[in-house]
Amino acid sequence: MAISERPLSAQDGQRLDYQAKLTGRAAYLADMKMPGVLEGVVLRSPVAHAWIRYVDASEALKVPGVVAVYTKDDVVQGTGIEPYYGPVFKDQTIVAVDKVRHVGDPVAAVAAETREAAEEAANLIVVEYEDLPPVMEVQDSVKEDATLVHETVRIPEHGFADLAELKPIENTNVCTHFKLRKGDIEQGFAECARVFEDTFILPTTQHVALEPHGCIAAFQPDGRVNLWSTTQNPFVVRTQLANIFKMPVSKIRIMVPYLGGGYGSKVYPKIEPLTMALAQKAHRPVRILLSREEVFYTVTKHAAFIRMKTGVKADGTFHAREAEVFLDTGAFAEIGPRVAKKSAYTAAGPYKFSHVKIDAKSVYTNKPPAGAFRGFGVSQSAWASESQTDIIAKALGRDPYELRMQNIYDEGDEFVTGEKLWSIGVKGCLEKVAQEMKWGEPMPAPQDPSKVRGRGLAALIKATITPSISCAAIKLNEDGSVNVFTSTVEMGQGSDTAMAAIVADTLGISLDQVSVLGVDTDVVPYDLTTSSSRSTFHMGKALELASLDLCEQLRRFVSEEHGVPFEETRMEGGKVLFRENALDIREVLFNHFGMQGGTLVGRGEVKTSTVDPDTGDKTTSSFWFVGAGGSEVEIDKDTGRLRVLKHATAVDVGRVITPLGCQQQLVGGAITGLGQALFEQMVWDNGILVNPNLVDYVLPALGDMPDEITPIAVEVPHKNGPFGAKGIGETSLIPVAPSIANAVDDAVCVRIKDLPVTAEKIFLGMLDES
Amino acid sequence: MKKSITMEVNGSSCEVEVEPWRTLLDVVREELDLTGAKLGCDIQVCGACTLLVDGKPVSACSVLAVDADGRKVTTVEGLAEGDRLHPLQRSFMKFGALQCGYCTSGFLLTAKAMLDENPHPDDEQIKSYMGGSFCRCGCYQEIMQALRSVAQG
Repeated sequence: MAISERPLSAQDGQRLDYQAKLTGRAAYLADMKMPGVLEGVVLRSPVAHAWIRYVDASEALKVPGVVAVYTKDDVVQGTGIEPYYGPVFKDQTIVAVDKVRHVGDPVAAVAAETREAAEEAANLIVVEYEDLPPVMEVQDSVKEDATLVHETVRIPEHGFADLAELKPIENTNVCTHFKLRKGDIEQGFAECARVFEDTFILPTTQHVALEPHGCIAAFQPDGRVNLWSTTQNPFVVRTQLANIFKMPVSKIRIMVPYLGGGYGSKVYPKIEPLTMALAQKAHRPVRILLSREEVFYTVTKHAAFIRMKTGVKADGTFHAREAEVFLDTGAFAEIGPRVAKKSAYTAAGPYKFSHVKIDAKSVYTNKPPAGAFRGFGVSQSAWASESQTDIIAKALGRDPYELRMQNIYDEGDEFVTGEKLWSIGVKGCLEKVAQEMKWGEPMPAPQDPSKVRGRGLAALIKATITPSISCAAIKLNEDGSVNVFTSTVEMGQGSDTAMAAIVADTLGISLDQVSVLGVDTDVVPYDLTTSSSRSTFHMGKALELASLDLCEQLRRFVSEEHGVPFEETRMEGGKVLFRENALDIREVLFNHFGMQGGTLVGRGEVKTSTVDPDTGDKTTSSFWFVGAGGSEVEIDKDTGRLRVLKHATAVDVGRVITPLGCQQQLVGGAITGLGQALFEQMVWDNGILVNPNLVDYVLPALGDMPDEITPIAVEVPHKNGPFGAKGIGETSLIPVAPSIANAVDDAVCVRIKDLPVTAEKIFLGMLDES
Repeated sequence: MKKSITMEVNGSSCEVEVEPWRTLLDVVREELDLTGAKLGCDIQVCGACTLLVDGKPVSACSVLAVDADGRKVTTVEGLAEGDRLHPLQRSFMKFGALQCGYCTSGFLLTAKAMLDENPHPDDEQIKSYMGGSFCRCGCYQEIMQALRSVAQG
């Protein structure tokens, strides 16, 4: 394995969640039992865009076993409910009120003793629609005469700090427009020897976490409410629910079991508001478990349409980049405005440009809402930028690797925002990938003469959400063991193990002495979100600080009890050392409390800012994550059929915390990227989603794997990360698609600009070429 | 109108009263509290609900419980012997062949059926037999390593 062998306490193959998961005993949301729980079923819109004339639930209420039916009347006339919500703009309602905006938009919901009764009742609800023309593509949606998806959009009183400047644009379907400017773009192009213009397209895709979304809500007799939810950011969901139901957050308790995958699909409120509303109306606990089809209507990845214009000097220096990025955010803003902003920051790629003009628009359409997806806007802009980099190299007769290395960021270079970049190992990543792919060496000829091979590269830079907050606490028990209180959600990424390893290594105790509680907002301290590849960096650091807080308390006890100056004590290998003495943690606690008992609590918090507290410099991202990928493909000249033979992915991880977790994230992300590159797309026909199932929406399977996917961890430590570590969750996905398209062009001189890269497109391209 | 069925589940005989339309997955999860098998796609594609019926892998989301009457059912909970994990479970642990774990039960049981039929499959046979299970976290490479290791015994 090409991951550096410098493990902390976590050894290969050791993960805290494995015993439970391998024996079928790990509890996911749908595995939880609750006496008296009602089953909730959602009635969804069959049309993409329509006014709702009326909703009549009278027949549904007559079905035996039905306890409550929730409709728009409850939203509008409900006492104490704020009808509008949303993480950026308040454009969502618990069920559709005035109109439906996409196929699958929730219109009503039924709570009944059995799922069968709830389904029967939902089918008896009569809804009369008055059809409106749906707008399905961003290119149509931005036209002046396009039908409006939202007539008005409300802004929350307290939004996210990083999105404060983005406002809805009245009387258009443009949800937000983020502008990034550097230099003078016209002057820049005038100074260039060559200018390249291309358009790139990506389809809507879906995360397909194997576990569908679900929620259980149970009101308590004192008015408090307990929720169990498949959420990646319970504290944000708690805030949103508190706003909707006008309750203090202290009365809303959210617990999160293991998630069966997230990849961004489970951030921000999904089914929680409706589950809680039904439970409130039914005066009974309610659970809603979404079907696979409903998941496709709940959240997607933004489709994109990207115009990219790049000017280069005669010597290959990248000089001017103009890009117009249209991101299809679907029927609701959700987190689309931030996706667009992140897309804009990296539309110039990991390269130095003197003149930059980026316009990133999130655009409403009548598709299901698009939200966070591993890669968060960057896989869209990188598809364009990295494909065009090879187009430029080919036109200039330059080697794509050399051209990238000539223009790529290095330590201290200025980013498009004007700030300096530090801890930025992208050059090293590209170098390692090129080595691994045997770049520059002759391609071995395929045994089968009807096949031809090619290689391609891609690199990236991406920001993490900034500013943000992670708070953590750890509890030291009388026997020296530790309980960790963190809101980082274990959704498969191995965070429980990474967090425990950071605590164990900071305290100098073994990993088996550390337990991670699990997420419960009544107990664990605040954390913004498990997304944006931020947990190891932010929560890991908070836990390192919490552990150091404990160390300091233990040293202080020893200092006071033994009359030793504090500075002459230190903590090492789980012992407090002073003079020639070494006291283990248990002894220090016993001496302090005078018996076996007592608790010490260590606290840690990380709050990042858009200004570096040390230097005063602007900091768009608390750390940058960078990486590179390389693909080797083989194409059948007769059919266009493509096989990826090898993929190498290098990620600047800062510092490996858990080698296994690191390998899994790097390879796993690349495999998700492979699906996005080769197969996945949601297909519409007249506003109707044609393939909301796993027969027609194709996922990568074992047989689609390359012979080898090689993970390479490059370690350029970050001053603010725990042990120097940075985030790694998204990086490896992003270069996969462009590196494959670049390899296809290398093999058969066919440039594919719209994903996915299919045999049909390659075949037709070869026909054109000949 | 319920029907009484008897199955041998993980070596123990059990009798349950079920409506004739209920799926085997539903009954095993809800009535027998064996929740290791998961509902993923509901149409026999993803493999998360795989159970062994008389040793053969079936998509329990699409099999009626009444059709398992009188048959032997194996779930992931029946793989380990007491605290001793099955060799497949140990190999999955060693090679890190899971992340979120939602697909793991299906992979383990399908692999068990494969190895019971053919104790030493080669790579192509493994890929072919295991082609009906999805791992969305992308642990296929580790899964191949884990299966290869057991297959080579």
